[in-house]
Amino acid sequence: MADTATTNVKEAAPVDAQLARVPTVVVDDVHIVYKVHGAGSGRGSATSALSRIISRKRSPAIREVHAVRGVSFVAYKGEAIGLIGSNGSGKSTMLAAIAGLLPTEKGGIYTNGQPSLLGVNAALMNDLTGDRNVVLGCLAMGMSPAEVRSRYQDIVDFSGINEKGDFITLPMRTYSSGMAARLRFSIAAAKTHDVLLIDEALATGDQKFQKRSEARIRELRKEAGTVFLVSHNNNAIRDTCERTIWIEKGELVMDGPTDVVVKAYERGERP
Amino acid sequence: MSTLSDPLSLSAPRGADAGLTPQQLVAKYGLTVSGARPPLPKYVQQLWSRRHFIMSFATARLVAQYSTAKLGQVWQVVTPLLNCVVYFLVFGLILSGSKSIGNYVPWLCIGVFIFQFIQTAVQSGTRSISDSLGLIRALHFPRACLPIAFTIIQLQQLLISMVVLVGIVLASGITPGLSWLLVVPAIALLCLFNTGIALAMARVGAKTTDMAQLMPFILRTWMYLSGVFYSIERNIESWPKWIQLAADVNPAAVYMDLVRFAFDPSIDNRHSLPPHVWAVAVAWALVAFVLGFVFFWKAEEEYGRG
Repeated sequence: MADTATTNVKEAAPVDAQLARVPTVVVDDVHIVYKVHGAGSGRGSATSALSRIISRKRSPAIREVHAVRGVSFVAYKGEAIGLIGSNGSGKSTMLAAIAGLLPTEKGGIYTNGQPSLLGVNAALMNDLTGDRNVVLGCLAMGMSPAEVRSRYQDIVDFSGINEKGDFITLPMRTYSSGMAARLRFSIAAAKTHDVLLIDEALATGDQKFQKRSEARIRELRKEAGTVFLVSHNNNAIRDTCERTIWIEKGELVMDGPTDVVVKAYERGERP
Repeated sequence: MSTLSDPLSLSAPRGADAGLTPQQLVAKYGLTVSGARPPLPKYVQQLWSRRHFIMSFATARLVAQYSTAKLGQVWQVVTPLLNCVVYFLVFGLILSGSKSIGNYVPWLCIGVFIFQFIQTAVQSGTRSISDSLGLIRALHFPRACLPIAFTIIQLQQLLISMVVLVGIVLASGITPGLSWLLVVPAIALLCLFNTGIALAMARVGAKTTDMAQLMPFILRTWMYLSGVFYSIERNIESWPKWIQLAADVNPAAVYMDLVRFAFDPSIDNRHSLPPHVWAVAVAWALVAFVLGFVFFWKAEEEYGRG
């Protein structure tokens, strides 16, 4: 039964989609284990810490959390992939690992170029002004000063920070969380990325900005990049991604066309 | 159910690649392990392409440092002056350490400024990774940019102090001479030395966060052993030979002596600088920089993890 379904899908697919696609991210049977310090239930007093050092025992406060268990998939050029799952299912961990920020316990993650992760908490330099952050962020991504000058106005306009007054010259610590998230996305999206990972970074933006950023994500895909999007907003996933991966308890539940996977996720049906 | 049991249809390679294992795909398209550390020459090249970032980052940070204080940038000049006043009060007047040294005030100020440069570079280097985790996790750039930028911030601070220092030196009656030019190579070498130490401490501080708590004590001990306020040589004349040798090649003392003698060759009533001091200064700068840089690069992929 399953075999016939596969052949049907292949026959229905357009011819060019059957040609070899260029993989950008290969995730091969990845396991990720967190070591959490200070999670012990015992007393964390100075004397107990001292006696632990003297007795050379390993801290009982280190606990291991198996966050991702054996996930495998391949992502291709020009794809936008949504990651869905309940809180704590391992989506953000998966993205951090693809970005190279977390070591894998087992298995490997291979990418084309350096992926960039855009997280909701990723602060830039809070004590510096917005315009300094734009310039420094672009320079850090490897742009030349001339390139930064030519892109600067586009970035500020895209972020919409100056719509309600001259806010770009204020320190970033004075921004609302939505404004900061918008500026961060605008900076990161100014450059073409081979692989862009977006972790709930758009959730705090307003309606207008979300539409703008969805359009920018589509552009980035056209420039032959791959975009991953973690979101709890299923409509955002439907609008931007044609492929969705459902992760639950660190395991891959489903990987397929967005409408099929999101429908199953909303109904709570596991295959 | 048939569509659901077809989970790999979008993930599996198609066309000519159909049936390849993930490892074969990786090999065919030349994908690399995510976040892997680049080889040293490529790393140096990446770092060089970020030189504008390092300079802008340092300048922006220096300006932002006092942005919450009412007097603002004035503190960049006032802070080193106040430091000198405090040390002069304690060591010059109360402990009267000035008796054996001819020109005590400029002698002391040079020591304070130079050691402060080492001290702040080491301290900010130790915290450079943990203080910039947001930036590290948000953007991708060679991480060595951060400790280098933090050292440059301290260099900029030192240059402001040097302007103050020239005023102090002139006010105490020292006449400018050609030997003043030697201050430039001395500070350049010190800067190289500090960058190396800051890079090494950045790796240590990123792994062992306890280091940030421990560093002030280590640095204070180093300061008292380096003869910032009093001449260390005269105090350890009767001590074992190896301690005298260690005090002689102590990098902090070496760099301080170089700048002191550059400003006034007779500042210490000794009238001459041992000839090996420049060689020791060059050796310290090169060894610290090369070892520090390689040590930092070895853990490049681990910064910002966990």
